[in-house]
Amino acid sequence: MSVSSTNGKAPNVTFTLNGATVVARGDETILQAADRHGVEIPRLCYKDGYRPDGNCRVCMVEIEGERVLAPSCCRLPAEGMKVASTSARAKSSQTLVAELLLGDMPGQGASPYKRDSELDRWAAWLGVTAPRFPQRSQPAPDMSHPAMSVNLDACIQCGRCVRACREEQVNDVIGFAGRGDHSKIVFDLDDPMGASTCVACGECVQACPTGALMPANNVGLVEPDKKVDSACPYCGVGCLLTYNVKDNKILYVEGRNGPSNHSRLCVKGRFGFDYVHNPQRLTKPLIRRDGVPKSVALIDPDDVDKYFREATWDEALDLAAGKLRAIRDDDGPQALAGFGSAKGSNEEAYLVQKLVRTGFKTNNVDHCTRLCHASSVAALLEDVGSGAVSNQVSDVAFADVAIVIGSNPTINHPVAATFMKNAAKAGTKIILMDPRRSDLARHATYFLQFNGDTDVALLNGLMHVIVAEGLANEAFIRERTENYAALKEMVADYSPEKVAPITGIPADIIREVARLYATANAAIIFWGMGISQHVHGTDNARCLISLALLTGQIGRPGTGLHPLRGQNNVQGASDMGLIPMMYADYKRVDSEDARHKFEALWDMPLDSKPGLTVTEIMTAAHDGVIRGLYIMGENPAMSDPNVHHAREAMVKLEHVVVQEIFFTETASYADVILPATAFPEKTGTFTNTDRRVQLGRQAIDPPGDARQDWWIVQEIARRIGLDWNYSGPADVFEEIRKATPSMAGITWERLEREGSCTYPLEHEGDPGEPTIFIEAFPRKGGRGLFMPAKYTHADEMPDAEYPFIFTTGRQLEHWHTGSMTRRASVLDALEPDPVISVHPDDLTRLGLAPGDPLTLESRRGKITGYARADRGMQRGTFFMPFVYNEAAANLLTNDAVDPFGKIPEFKFCAVRASVGDWVGAAI
Amino acid sequence: MPVVKVLTEGIGEVNLRDIGEYRKRGGYEQWQRVATTMSPADVIDLVSKSGLRGRGGAGFPTGRKWQFLPNNGRPRYMVCNCDEAEPGTFKDHLLLEETPHQVIEGMLIGSYAIGSNHAFIYIRGEFKRGFDIFSAAIEEARAAGMLGDNVFGGEFSIELTPHRGAGAYICGEETALLNSLEGKRGEPRLKPPFPAIKGLYGEPTVVNNVETLAFLPHIVKNGPEWFAKVGPEKSPGYKIVSVSGHVKKAGNYEVPLGTTLRELLEIAGGARDGRTIVAIQPGGGSSACLFEEDLDLSYDFDTMAAHKTMLGSGAVVFFDDTTDFVKAAHALVRFFAHESCGQCTPCREGGHWLELTLERLLHGGGLDSDIDLLVSVSHQMTGLNLCPLGDSIEPFLASVVKRFEPQFRRYVKHAEPATV
Ligand SMILES: Cc1cc2nc3c(=O)[nH]c(=O)nc-3n(C[C@H](O)[C@H](O)[C@H](O)COP(=O)(O)O)c2cc1C
Ligand code: SF4
Ligand code: SF4
Ligand code: SF4
Ligand code: FES
Repeated sequence: MSVSSTNGKAPNVTFTLNGATVVARGDETILQAADRHGVEIPRLCYKDGYRPDGNCRVCMVEIEGERVLAPSCCRLPAEGMKVASTSARAKSSQTLVAELLLGDMPGQGASPYKRDSELDRWAAWLGVTAPRFPQRSQPAPDMSHPAMSVNLDACIQCGRCVRACREEQVNDVIGFAGRGDHSKIVFDLDDPMGASTCVACGECVQACPTGALMPANNVGLVEPDKKVDSACPYCGVGCLLTYNVKDNKILYVEGRNGPSNHSRLCVKGRFGFDYVHNPQRLTKPLIRRDGVPKSVALIDPDDVDKYFREATWDEALDLAAGKLRAIRDDDGPQALAGFGSAKGSNEEAYLVQKLVRTGFKTNNVDHCTRLCHASSVAALLEDVGSGAVSNQVSDVAFADVAIVIGSNPTINHPVAATFMKNAAKAGTKIILMDPRRSDLARHATYFLQFNGDTDVALLNGLMHVIVAEGLANEAFIRERTENYAALKEMVADYSPEKVAPITGIPADIIREVARLYATANAAIIFWGMGISQHVHGTDNARCLISLALLTGQIGRPGTGLHPLRGQNNVQGASDMGLIPMMYADYKRVDSEDARHKFEALWDMPLDSKPGLTVTEIMTAAHDGVIRGLYIMGENPAMSDPNVHHAREAMVKLEHVVVQEIFFTETASYADVILPATAFPEKTGTFTNTDRRVQLGRQAIDPPGDARQDWWIVQEIARRIGLDWNYSGPADVFEEIRKATPSMAGITWERLEREGSCTYPLEHEGDPGEPTIFIEAFPRKGGRGLFMPAKYTHADEMPDAEYPFIFTTGRQLEHWHTGSMTRRASVLDALEPDPVISVHPDDLTRLGLAPGDPLTLESRRGKITGYARADRGMQRGTFFMPFVYNEAAANLLTNDAVDPFGKIPEFKFCAVRASVGDWVGAAI
Repeated sequence: MPVVKVLTEGIGEVNLRDIGEYRKRGGYEQWQRVATTMSPADVIDLVSKSGLRGRGGAGFPTGRKWQFLPNNGRPRYMVCNCDEAEPGTFKDHLLLEETPHQVIEGMLIGSYAIGSNHAFIYIRGEFKRGFDIFSAAIEEARAAGMLGDNVFGGEFSIELTPHRGAGAYICGEETALLNSLEGKRGEPRLKPPFPAIKGLYGEPTVVNNVETLAFLPHIVKNGPEWFAKVGPEKSPGYKIVSVSGHVKKAGNYEVPLGTTLRELLEIAGGARDGRTIVAIQPGGGSSACLFEEDLDLSYDFDTMAAHKTMLGSGAVVFFDDTTDFVKAAHALVRFFAHESCGQCTPCREGGHWLELTLERLLHGGGLDSDIDLLVSVSHQMTGLNLCPLGDSIEPFLASVVKRFEPQFRRYVKHAEPATV
């Protein structure tokens, strides 16, 4: 897509520009070369990083010997060419263009929508003031979208928005319609923006030079006090962005040119920031009122006063820590547990696990990785020796074939998906495998809508073909793997003919796909929670690993294994040891060597017994074994499977400390609530799905008496007897470098300078390793392990009583349990209500119309949401995001777990359906 | 100077739409000869030697254009341009409707020469009848074994697809045509790259006018010298000229290049009784006017170019002394503004403002300064557009403002026409 200024291959070109000799690098255009030499040439339709389109004609230059002028933004210089950007003819042309465009602006003057309109700037530069032409009639504004305003009276038809929407983000919403002076941009078939298929990524708004497309509410007219370079608080893609701040309020967000996002963002990152200013923010420490017992019912955040009273920090911290300490001393360390958060920084994750291990003196520490990719990580650690991705998302550009399985990236990793779509447009063949047809299917060469729960059968079928047809990479298997015989024996049982009726995928298609993957020069696999969130999640992931090992599609650019990580710091939190069986860098707590290392680092003896996982902690709480729980930034009362059980467990706990920015569902069960800082209020490092450690910088001050999370953890630590004295995140990071050899070479200064570093990066100054496993796998012996997997079923299959399948996930506009996004005005306006996706045929069968209330009931609970017709659903299956507390999907889900990763089966349980009466209000 | 019959031979006399009739007169013999006895290089050589220049507007030597195709082993495409929408031009649809097999034969020979196995013809949307006739002719030719796989039992296979446009003049511009053919919006592409390098579906492509291709069987049959020796040395051969305007018998006349404008006027029956010709637009709407003193100029590519105008598509419009050139200019400017694809600023905005300015003049609201505005804006906007359409306004407008300035000035004062 982008026009790189140099590709290192094309030779330099020497030409003259306004009489001076200029050397253009590689494939630089005249404009780019001029920029580098400090010669200003006006430009409007050109945007750095986008394909130059050459339509505005304000960058025209005169080239000696050519009859007509040339657009410098598109034209490559030739050796010896004589170019003039300031000749009388060039200037007169540039001026005419600016004059014509200015003449078409509202009032024939400065843009009324944007302070720094590029047209205004260049018109002034060219000395254009009053156009010589009459003003013409102007189109009406379109205010139909909650996030963006469309004022085409300021549109100069530069097409940057069209390229933004079609070529960068590949959403294909904006196009041009009409001819001549009737030509205008349109959304879909000239629909209002708010009624179009726009996914509100805001790329067009960011691209528009005049403010014709702008974030709503005229924020473009306000001058920010400061711009702070930071990162996005939402998903694992790890987009970098800039906060524009005035009076301690975020005005708007811009995408920044980060290695994982190329200035792109999605609707959440760009428009989902005002949760930080929501009046429901916690601003004072709270203590449960005496005599107000806990109950399973959720507390309305507006009713908090009835249940809690405000307290000073000292009182709250003393109570929080004092009770934890008392339980530890009275009932033993095993009666305590702590949850950290994958939304927190690496520094915070590190401190929380250190607090639990050295202060609580137990390994009962975990976080939501348990609920998303624990099984993937278990399989990866077992088979290839490292739990992180082998290759970065952007590698899809080098892949001939990309398998995307159990993942809906346009929804869950929207910006990563844009790179997949870019690659597909450039020829990469995408093989999408998913029980639910998602938007990526439009870009896929093959879409395999296999029956849910049959992943292992399908993947074994593919491997059967590869083995049977002699497509296995024998040399790779011989030199770099072990246990191949067992795999071969296992997959022998899975002929395409046998697998076809199980999976619903015709045998011939299985063969074609197997051949395509195996014979590609480079093939990569992306997967999401459709793979991991099953009781056979580890087996699913093992099959994907085997597929890569079998064909040798790993260890090179454009190949490998990429589990798309969910939270913005789920990779980092696991790396930091925020998991019960491992310290930082995945060193097992039951390994003598590792324990000694950490005992030395932390200067105290440590427990050698692996701790309990998220779901095990809840069961132990239910059983009265765990009595005290410290929860920093997690929301188990929404996110746990069979969540009623989890809520009951929390009611039973003697002491619950919740460190949060909002009064979450989980806060309903707290004894002490500590008001913490939101992402834009703190500085710290976050590790994205690509193994990039990136710096989030504080942009605004926390509200009221809310405090920095690292400070709160430290205060608790001190109060339970630890002698901590960190001065801030940079200080904690120094210790992380000691604890985590694979990040030892990353310095805080470098992060401040570069914003992003890829690990492994062991020695200062190393470039970092975007591709790993090039020569060996970090296992004993260096070989990859084939772990054959047998096809098994979900824990709870549909039956006569509960005949439908229920599956859960996320949706574009919301994040996880919704605590942030339902309090972000734009996101809430876009998706305000709980929706259940249903195949239209099932709707008819149930006698429902889209939008009608639909009640679903499993053996564990019952909810009512609004039915939404979705042809991408398989018949007999319902999908629901787990965002909505008025219809919490996790009341239905099954808490059966995968035996290896201990991940619950969020993706499959049995329900029955009936016409609903009404949908409750959000709590 | 006599009117000749080369491409127009038989039209109006016999039903050349019938393949049998066409073959009776030697039709498709040249195609067979080419496909069975000649190499592609032979054909290119022949066409180069004939001096044939494109009849679509730019007059580019056809043989040379074909030689630009890179030898990169990629598929290549031959595209016949039958979008014919240039004001005053009506010759291609004559050939399309009256002698479709001659066009097909030309397309087949051209495709063979450049090694294209798939040729397209882009037919102006309004030519529904022509499209039907042509489509039927393709089927007849296929049934007769003239196209398809392994024609005449040889190695060469050729498919031919007709495509109807949707009513945009700009789609006659070759790169807009290719976009439209690909199902995209009909917008010209930036050049370079030229179609010869990156054309239809990104592959090497030749776009040729209907008339250009229709000459091929004749050049093959009669040899290159037959063509080259007619008319001026650098601008040889025959040409169908569409004559219109203030003449008694407007119509298509096939003549040797080098015929004078006065001869063309005579062929078309001369000026209306009692009227004198004051201006001539010699090459379609985008050409600058010549005037009565130029009537004896030779009508050929180079003479026209030497007089700062062009032969273009071969559409000659005669204007007599009753003409209101303000209205004429307004009509043409409105045409170009309306037909602008809208992608680049000078053409989209400039054309529209010029139209508005002329309208204001016509309706009595004009200012004296508007006349300078017309001249300066049309001049300023020339040479900086993405395709030649945006450069098409200045030639006619500037030439008539210069010559008939009093007509324009009178409108400022009286809001009414004046005759010269
Ligand atoms: C605005 C515009 C409209 C054109 N319309 C036509 C047309 O209708 N038919 C045509 O043959 N060429 C037309 N041309 C010229 C074509 O771009 C192209 O030069 C021509 O088809 C080449 O064929 P030739 O080499 O056989 O002349 C047009 C050019 C422009 C700029
Ligand atoms: S916000 Fe994104 S999807 Fe919507 S129109 Fe703009 S670029 Fe397209
Ligand atoms: S809306 Fe903005 S980006 Fe889009 S064409 Fe108009 S000026 Fe350009
Ligand atoms: S000159 Fe006119 S017709 Fe040609 S590309 Fe530009 S806007 Fe379109
Ligand atoms: S910036 Fe070059 S044409 Fe618009």
